[in-house]
Amino acid sequence: MKIVVASGKGGTGKSTVSANLGSCLSANREVILADCDVEEPNLHIFFSEASDASDRTCGQDVTVPVPSFDPERCNLCGKCANFCRYGAITVLKDRVILFEKLCHSCGGCRIICPNDAVTEVPRAVGRVIEDDINSNLKLITGVLNEGEAVGIPVIKKVKATAEDAELVILDSAPGSACPAIETIEGADYCILVTESTPFGLHDMALVAEVVRQAGIPAGVVINRSDDRDEETEAFCHEHNLPIIMKIPFSKKIAAVQNRGDLFSSVMPEWQNRFIELFNLISSTVKKERVI
Amino acid sequence: MKKLAVISGKGGTGKTMMTGALATLASGRIALADCDVDAANLEILLSPEMISSEPYYGQKVSFIDNDLCIWCGSCKDSCRFDAIVYENDRFRVNPQKCEGCAVCTIVCPAGATSMISQEKGRIFLSKTSIGLLAHARLNPGSGSSGLLITEVRKLIDRNAGDADLLLIDGPPGIGCPLIATVSGVDAVLVVTEPSRSGLHDLQRVIRVAEDFGVDVYVAINRYDLEEDVSAEITDYCTEIGVKIVGRIPFDSNVIRAVRNMEPVTVYDTPAASAIKELWNIISTDMGII
Amino acid sequence: MKICITAKGNTLDAQVEERFGRAPYFIFADEDGSLIEEVANANTNATGGVGPKSVQVIIDHDASTLITGQMGGNAQTALESAGIAVYQYRDSGSVSDAIALFKEDKLKRIL
Repeated sequence: MKIVVASGKGGTGKSTVSANLGSCLSANREVILADCDVEEPNLHIFFSEASDASDRTCGQDVTVPVPSFDPERCNLCGKCANFCRYGAITVLKDRVILFEKLCHSCGGCRIICPNDAVTEVPRAVGRVIEDDINSNLKLITGVLNEGEAVGIPVIKKVKATAEDAELVILDSAPGSACPAIETIEGADYCILVTESTPFGLHDMALVAEVVRQAGIPAGVVINRSDDRDEETEAFCHEHNLPIIMKIPFSKKIAAVQNRGDLFSSVMPEWQNRFIELFNLISSTVKKERVI
Repeated sequence: MKKLAVISGKGGTGKTMMTGALATLASGRIALADCDVDAANLEILLSPEMISSEPYYGQKVSFIDNDLCIWCGSCKDSCRFDAIVYENDRFRVNPQKCEGCAVCTIVCPAGATSMISQEKGRIFLSKTSIGLLAHARLNPGSGSSGLLITEVRKLIDRNAGDADLLLIDGPPGIGCPLIATVSGVDAVLVVTEPSRSGLHDLQRVIRVAEDFGVDVYVAINRYDLEEDVSAEITDYCTEIGVKIVGRIPFDSNVIRAVRNMEPVTVYDTPAASAIKELWNIISTDMGII
Repeated sequence: MKICITAKGNTLDAQVEERFGRAPYFIFADEDGSLIEEVANANTNATGGVGPKSVQVIIDHDASTLITGQMGGNAQTALESAGIAVYQYRDSGSVSDAIALFKEDKLKRIL
C-alpha cells in the first residue's frame, strides 16, 4: 500500500504527520518512509539514526543523461543548438558548449546530429539515501542538489527504491506542481494535511482537485487546530473529504517537533491514534480495491 | 525601483504574512508581485480588484494528428517523459507530462506530430489599496512555474516600472520557481522558523541566493517557540555574515489577522511591532525611503 | 568590426534596450554607426535558456562586440566562451548614441 502525505501550502505539517505515522506503525509492521520533498527533505531530522541529507558523500547519485560533443566528428553545423528548446547548447566558432542545468535530457540533439557527433553521458542532479532506522523502519531520502531546477528524476528514483515494499508512506513536496503530482501518482490513498486558515484552505482545494482527478481516495488531517475549523470542515463536507485526524495546536507538540523529536514518542497516547488513523486508511483502501 | 523578494526555503514559515505586513509599512509607491504561483495567497490579504487577465501558455506541447499517424509508435518509444500513451487504439500526448522537447516531431516518419500552444494558467494585474499587484494561477500539473513567475515579474515591470519598491512574495523551495523569483532582485528577506527543518532549509536557500549575488536578510518567525534552535540559527547567520533583521514572537493575533484576511500590522500587537522594527532596518539598509 | 546593440526598435534611432536576452531587437552595425542588419529577437517569449539562445544569434551574425545594459549568468558564460567583448550602456539614448560613445572609448567594458 502506498500512502502519500500531501498539502496545498507548505509548513502545514506533512513531515510531522509522515514521521509520526511511520514511527508508530513500525512498532508492529515493516514500514518504508520515503521523503519525496527532494528540494527540502526533512524526515531525516526526526530520526537520529538517519544520515545527514546535506552530506554530499551520503547516498547514491541520481543521474540524468546530458550530451557530450565529439570534436572530431562535429562540424559546427549548429543543428543541435537550433533544435534545443531549452537553450542548453551554444555553438561557438570553434566548439560546442553545453549549459547542463538547462538541459532537459530529451535526447533530441543526439538524434538530430547529422554526423553522429553527440553521445550521452550521466550527470548527477541529486542523491538517494537509504537508512535503516530500526528493524522495521527504513527511511529513503531523496535530495535535489542545490542549483538544480528539476527534482522529478530524484523523486522517481526514491519511488523506485521503495517499489516492492508492503507499506510505503511518501512525504510529498507541498503544492500541486510537478513534484507533488509525480509523488501522488500511483498512490492508494492521499492524506491532505492542512491548517485551518484561509491560506491553508485555499491551497488545499488545489491539491484536493488533483487527487480527485487522479481517482485517489483522500482524507484530511487538520494540524494545529484551535477548534475554530468551521470553514475547513465545511469545505471538506462539501467535497466528500473525511476529516481523519485533528492535531490540536499545542506549544508542547510544537516544541517537540521543532527540536527534531516525534511528539508521538513523547506523548504516547498519540501512538494509538496514529495506528487508528492507519486502520481507517487501510479499510478505505480495501473497500476501494473491491470496487 | 528597488526589489525585495520574501522567500523561505521551508514552506509555511510566514512569507505571505510578512509580505502583506511589509506592504502596509513601506512608504512611497509600491508594486507587488505574488510569485508563489502554485499557492498564490497574497491576494487573500489584499482584496484585489482585477484590472486585466491574460492566458499563460508556457512551453508548447506536442499533438498527434490521428489522420496522419501510421501507428509505428516511434513517438512513444522516443519520449523520455512518459508523455505519450497508447490507449483506445491511438497514440495520445498527455499535455501534463509533455515537456515540449519536440523529439517526437523529429522521429515521426509521417509528420503527424506538431507543437501547439496550450493554456497552462492565467496571469492577473489587479489594483489593491497599496499598489498594483501582479499575480497568477497555474493549472495543477501544468509544468514548471519558473516561466510563469518570469511573466508575472515582467507584467509588474511593464505596469509599475516607476514604483519605488517592488515587494515579491516568493515560493518555497530552491528549485526553478525560486530561481526565477530571485533573479535580478536587490535583496531577499528569508523568513525562517525555529525548527531543525527550518534551519536546514534556510542554509540551502541562502546558498542559492548568494550565488545570485543578492543581499540576504533573515527574520526568525515565532522565534520563542524553540529558543534553543533560534539561538542556533543566530549563530549560523553570524558565522556566515548574514544579517538577522528581526525575531518575531509567536502571536495569536497573526492567525486572527489571517482569518480576517488582513495584514497583522492593523493590530497593535508584539508581532506587528517586531515587523515594524525589521522594516526600519531593511529600508534603511536598502536606501528605500 | 561588427557590433551588436540590443534595442527596443529596429532602427539606429531606436532606444537601447537594457536587458540582453529578451531584447526585442538586435541591431548589427559597424563602428562608424552604419547599419548592417536588424534582427527581431525570436526568444522574447521563450520559456527558458534565453541568454544562451540570444548569444547564439550574436555568434551566427559574426559580431565581435556587444553593447547592452545587463545580462544573466548563462549569457555571460556564453559570451565569454565565444570571446565576444561586452560594453555597458544603461542610458536612455538611441543605438546611434551608444555606438558614438563606444567609438570615443566612453563605454565601460564589462566582459
